Amino acid sequence: MKISLGPILYYWTRRCVLDFYEQVVNWPIDIVYLGEVVCSRRHEMRFNDWLDVASKLAATGKEVVLSTQALLESESDLKVLRRLTGNGRFRIEANDIGAVRLSTGKPFVVGTHINTYNGETLAILAEQGATRWVMPVELSRDMLAELLVKKPHGMETEVFAYGRLPLAFSSRCFTARRHNLPKDDCHFKCLEHPCGITLKTREGQSFLALNGTQTQSASIHNLISEIEDMRQLGVDVVRISPQPEHTGEVIAAFRAAIDCVVSGSAAQAALAPHLFDEPCDGYWHGRSGIEQSFRLLS
Amino acid sequence: MSLELVCPAGNLPALKAAVDNGADCVYMGFRNSTNARAFAGLNFDNETAKQGIRYAHENNCKVLLALNTYPQTAQSHIWEQAVDDAAELGIDALILADLGLMRYASRTYSDLRLHLSVQGSATNYEAINFYYEHFGIQRAVLPRVLSLAQVENVVKNTSVEIELFGFGGLCVMVEGRCILSSYATGESPNTAGVCSPAKAVRWQQTPNGLESRLNGVLLDQYSASENAGYPTLCKGRFEVEDEIYYALEEPTSLNTLELIPDMLRMGISAIKIEGRQRSPAYVEQVTRVWRAAINAATQDATHYLAKEDWMTQLSKLSEGQQHTLGAYYRPWK
Repeated sequence: MKISLGPILYYWTRRCVLDFYEQVVNWPIDIVYLGEVVCSRRHEMRFNDWLDVASKLAATGKEVVLSTQALLESESDLKVLRRLTGNGRFRIEANDIGAVRLSTGKPFVVGTHINTYNGETLAILAEQGATRWVMPVELSRDMLAELLVKKPHGMETEVFAYGRLPLAFSSRCFTARRHNLPKDDCHFKCLEHPCGITLKTREGQSFLALNGTQTQSASIHNLISEIEDMRQLGVDVVRISPQPEHTGEVIAAFRAAIDCVVSGSAAQAALAPHLFDEPCDGYWHGRSGIEQSFRLLS
Repeated sequence: MSLELVCPAGNLPALKAAVDNGADCVYMGFRNSTNARAFAGLNFDNETAKQGIRYAHENNCKVLLALNTYPQTAQSHIWEQAVDDAAELGIDALILADLGLMRYASRTYSDLRLHLSVQGSATNYEAINFYYEHFGIQRAVLPRVLSLAQVENVVKNTSVEIELFGFGGLCVMVEGRCILSSYATGESPNTAGVCSPAKAVRWQQTPNGLESRLNGVLLDQYSASENAGYPTLCKGRFEVEDEIYYALEEPTSLNTLELIPDMLRMGISAIKIEGRQRSPAYVEQVTRVWRAAINAATQDATHYLAKEDWMTQLSKLSEGQQHTLGAYYRPWK
């Protein structure tokens, strides 16, 4: 079972991003997804910067995939998309059907933002060239098991296994709204919130996280206890979503669990200090996403 | 130059109200999880669908059927059966979101007209053209996230007809890409055809005021002087960095009556009224106003003005008595 590092979903400074990927070189991961998935206004890293990082990581033996923006609204969004799909070297992770159209005939990854809920849909995507798919996060392990019976030959399955869950996209920027700024003049406030802004209920329950035009779960989706179950189901890749601190420790804990160096509960315990909010795993168990079925060891 | 008026039919009386008041098309769903408005007590079985289709066709009104949730592998046959039933009933078009179901429909019924549902999340022409090339879709309903200029760019770059939302509940998120509801309740529009489902809603009078909860999550508290609306998850008041406000969106409705001349000029094919969950009286009033407005704009777009009387009537029917141009008006973003 491989470990992938998902694209950075937040807006970090160029320095932070470059430093982050300097560390990635030494982490025990197999696949790195790079690029801006959330907002077209995030320009700290330019197209060529991403390609530089991609080349460096590829030279160290990591598989590099370029992720495309999920919500495509303007002609300039499509222009960026065409540069990505036409890069000529790296596979892309298609996060919109428009990206699938532009990738047809080349091998690509079906991102978590494409609604793949059944085997027929996955078969159609395979015909276009998809070689791996990332399960939509709201699917349960039972739905996955049913779907995998119909999985096209050679298709790899990836599961979002750690991080704040991407729950929704809007054309409205909720971070700009928080600061009473219009989206077109947002002062790039996302830079001040390296893991989003926590939204709480009026009785103080951590509920969601505002990340520009994306809304995430406040809780950290964590499937480290499900590694064995995923392996038996035929999951090929588990995805870790980057967080500003301790991503390396999170990956180490997953690596240990996958390599069976430690038990599931020991891996859970190793991970616990690095969770920056409550854990959740409800989706995997067919329940509401916010629920947590396993108590973390204290 | 024509703009079809597409009205909601949550049940037979609503369908008749839409037809009687000038809808060009009505859209409906079956009474199960195959459509994104799978509310208790709503929608059609084969018998009522048959009656509704007959009534609409006798009055020159088309009937569209929404099968716009995403089939889960083990239950795919339910969605395929719904396609079969719709074809048998003589529906004028299917509104679909799932790739697999589109293939089934286009292969099994090559003459059946297909529309891409808003739940298909197609916000750009590359995506829309993909659905056209592979399944021959003839119309796409755009999510409520594009500005008018962006909509116009889509229209210019595809031969597929474009349908826009004109009036009713405002989704602040991209439809088909929002699972806030299942995060809180386990059921989302994609999987179960519901958003913030009524069975998960609890109202409770407390010393802090009237509380609305969704599967236990506090969505809002209302003082005695405040109107409490349906607790849709994205329209609650939350606390962000010690400030309490409508962090995602206020309880408000979309109303684009004043944009009809722009839509005509841009070559929009149809305008959709949201609200299959609303009453026949609601459907009657909204359809009547929109029919009058589209007629007026079609006759003389240059001098068209959204009449105050129309706007007043629509405001009374709007969520929180407020309405907005939503994303069509860029500063909303």
